[in-house]
Amino acid sequence: MTELLIASIMTMMTAATPLVFAATGELVAERSGVLNLGVEGMMLTGAVFGFAAVTLTGEPLIGLAAAIVMGALASMIFGVLTLSLLSNQVATGLALTIFGTGLSALVGLDYVGKTIEQIRAIHLPILTDLPIVGRLLFGHDPLVYVSIALLGATHWFLKHTRWGMILRAVGDSDQSAHAIGYPVIAIRYAAVAFGGAMAGLGGAYLSLVYTPLWAENMTAGRGWIALALVVFASWRPSRVLLGAVLFGGITILQLNAQAAGLGIPASFMSMLPYIATIVVLVLISRDSTRIRLNAPACLGKPFRAER
Amino acid sequence: MFTLEARATQSAYASWLSPLLALALTAITGAMIFLAMGKAPGVALYIYFVEPLTSWSGLSEVAVKAGPLILIGMGLSLGFRAGVWNIGAEGQFIAGALLGSAPAVYFFESTNPLILPCMMLLGILGGMAWAAMPALLKTRFNANEILVSLMLVYVAELLLVHLVQGPWRNPQGWGFPGTRMFPDAALLPTFFPGYRVHLGTLIAVLIPFVAWFVLTRTRFGFQVRVFGSAPLAARHAGIGSTQMVWATLLVGGGLAGLAGVLEAASTIGQLMPKISPGYGFTAIIVAFLGRLHPVGVLLAGATIAVTYIGGESAQISAGLPKAVTGLFQGIILFYLLAFDLLTRYRLTRVSARGNAA
Repeated sequence: MTELLIASIMTMMTAATPLVFAATGELVAERSGVLNLGVEGMMLTGAVFGFAAVTLTGEPLIGLAAAIVMGALASMIFGVLTLSLLSNQVATGLALTIFGTGLSALVGLDYVGKTIEQIRAIHLPILTDLPIVGRLLFGHDPLVYVSIALLGATHWFLKHTRWGMILRAVGDSDQSAHAIGYPVIAIRYAAVAFGGAMAGLGGAYLSLVYTPLWAENMTAGRGWIALALVVFASWRPSRVLLGAVLFGGITILQLNAQAAGLGIPASFMSMLPYIATIVVLVLISRDSTRIRLNAPACLGKPFRAER
Repeated sequence: MFTLEARATQSAYASWLSPLLALALTAITGAMIFLAMGKAPGVALYIYFVEPLTSWSGLSEVAVKAGPLILIGMGLSLGFRAGVWNIGAEGQFIAGALLGSAPAVYFFESTNPLILPCMMLLGILGGMAWAAMPALLKTRFNANEILVSLMLVYVAELLLVHLVQGPWRNPQGWGFPGTRMFPDAALLPTFFPGYRVHLGTLIAVLIPFVAWFVLTRTRFGFQVRVFGSAPLAARHAGIGSTQMVWATLLVGGGLAGLAGVLEAASTIGQLMPKISPGYGFTAIIVAFLGRLHPVGVLLAGATIAVTYIGGESAQISAGLPKAVTGLFQGIILFYLLAFDLLTRYRLTRVSARGNAA
């Protein structure tokens, strides 16, 4: 029983990690006032390029680097269109998702069915072998720790650094930030690039650790769930982890229930994460004052310096 | 040095020029992609963009593919005009196909000619019901319609898989997922023997003209236009956002649902685990490429359909992967959004020493 519980928690963390990466990145972009709906497309881009790089080189680090770079590059298409050419952010984000889906399918054709060496869980002598807590604290794969560290760093950056405060100012009042002399557009470019890099990393986690293989459309809506997580977290990094673990838990619940054979058709169990996302969105959004207070005031609005 | 100067009104000229420019640049980008893949770009572009139009069967296939794209794109464009972002049309398409096919699945030996109108009605209702969920959650609980409608796509897909593998599976189908083939009475009539173009295609061509009439000649159409261009003025004129969210989502869902049942009752003739090559998502591009205008949507639907058919034949004759089509669709939209800048701003030359003013 304990063994099963530990195993469940371990898998829950692996299900949560890609969401933590992608949601943290999107959170930063949104705090700067940019709504990028292309998370799904950027995750797929990261997943396929990360997988391809590992297949070609055998080096997991090169795979992760490729995913980060390609995710950020994909986000820059969005950046140029929305920030420099002032296009509609919703439409451009959708275009990025459509583009990323097509691009990843095309690039991934040669890699369907290939296998790679999975990035393994760490094993620290003594520490990991401690009863129960050993594996829960010291037995995950390295990227789980990286995702939590990045989340913590993001929290610290936004809350306690000068540039973090400037980034929030840009998202809450772009015209005033501009008037004081902050480079609104440059800061938004940086935030969007960070979002892209993190989404790419989240995608690579799926193709290098979680499955580990490449399949068309393998993100299966996780990019959209990450977007919902940012709303769930009320744009605060501290609550992203809670939300991601919750969704990881639902994924595991669904897998376990299928394995246990409760007589509920598999398709219905697979619907759970999506339905849970809707339920959570409804519960969070119900209080429209809270959304208004927490959401960056300039979210989704194009900015053009008047003079 | 150039600078951007806001136009007082949107340029209609630039608004219609930008889709053409976007298509031209997509073709050039496509040529470079083919070159990079080691294919002759001229031949590949010909297969993609021209060959489908050179034969009657090609034209018929383009029309058949354009049908659902036009229907869904038309509904979406109404919502986009009003600022309601329904991006779950794929789910509404599937829901319409599901509910609309129920009569054909349960009365699989029916010869009653009324079964077809009944299916179409149910298809519309199915799509509406699926779109009613984001509408309700948006208006009642302020939940983001983009995310809710999109999540429901996955739910609809899984529901379809469940039905065709379980309760609706053809008992004589050797265990393959899929329903019985629909009876003849439940299939849409075709017009020319040997060609697949059918009644649904005709409906799809007519709907934009109905929509055009509604937009320009009715109170509701006026409200949609005002609401999209000037929400504050609309509120003063007593047009509520609640009613606009409901109306555009229901119309969009209904049209997507109709497209779904028309597809099931024509080219497919049954329900299978996968019944759409992403029509609901591609229709987003159709709506934008068509400038959210009924006639534009008609033309854009036909244009995108050409690339679908071109993509299929390129796969067979030139060994080009089908995924290229999806890539093209994304690129078209990128270029289109970039050129849209010119409809709202004017490029003006600034003297090197500083502001002209």
